[in-house]
Amino acid sequence: MTKWKKNDALLLLAVIAAALMIWGVSALGRREGGYAVVTVDGEEWGRYPLSRPAEIEIATAYGVNSLVIADGKAGVTDADCPDRLCVSQKDIRYEGETIVCLPHKLIVRIEGGTPGELDGVAD
Amino acid sequence: MTVKRIALHGLLIALAFVLGYLENTLAVPLWIPGIKLGLANVVVLAALYLLGNGSALAVSVIRVLLSGITFGSLTMALYSLAGCSLSFLTMALLKKSGRFGMPGVSIAGGVAHNLGQIAVAALVLENAAIMYYLPFLLISGSVAGAAIGTAGAEVVKRGERIWKTSEDEE
Repeated sequence: MTKWKKNDALLLLAVIAAALMIWGVSALGRREGGYAVVTVDGEEWGRYPLSRPAEIEIATAYGVNSLVIADGKAGVTDADCPDRLCVSQKDIRYEGETIVCLPHKLIVRIEGGTPGELDGVAD
Repeated sequence: MTVKRIALHGLLIALAFVLGYLENTLAVPLWIPGIKLGLANVVVLAALYLLGNGSALAVSVIRVLLSGITFGSLTMALYSLAGCSLSFLTMALLKKSGRFGMPGVSIAGGVAHNLGQIAVAALVLENAAIMYYLPFLLISGSVAGAAIGTAGAEVVKRGERIWKTSEDEE
């Protein structure tokens, strides 16, 4: 009853295989993003092109997070939330990648698009 | 419910509470939030096998509420509650099916726990982007579940003896 059974091992392998498959599919389809989009409490707070280095202070009713954009990547470098998990998450650059700060209801998400074209005044 | 049974429940809840606290204190923070071993689940598993469904559910829910009141916020308790309820349901069903051993039951419980948490996180944040973590959470949930299930099996093997003798004495 309490020992490893064949089904237990099969279940473990099946879950890992499923995870690798989901990972593989999303890695194949991934593209370099154009913008870092900041959402607070489900509402868009700001949108910053990855091509332009910037330091943004996201101060909301929930607290303060510092977002830094450099080398085409976005990362949270500082925060006054209790767990600071958002600071320890790795920098993001591909479409769909996110950094989440649950206590501040904050999400930084990479979206597609080419900033040069969309920001242009000419068109 | 005998006094001994009540005392045993108190003991198990306290044990789960302390294990959960130890894990939170000693854990090395990883860059993927929500990935942890789930030490307290050893106790829930042991309760499931030694005392039955009701006891395991009680230990699991009371521990989460206690931890939430003592250390965390309401939001955090909400995540944990979603995780542990789904985890308990999955484990109880899988155990009933009789097709899996304790490691398998625990693996399914670990995965279900993580799925419950990520579902609540997606709802609270009103954003499905967090699903990006799904593969990591699946792997961590199943590996942690396997470790906890193996440990839980040892606990039950030893606990069964103690529990059986204590019942005989009544």
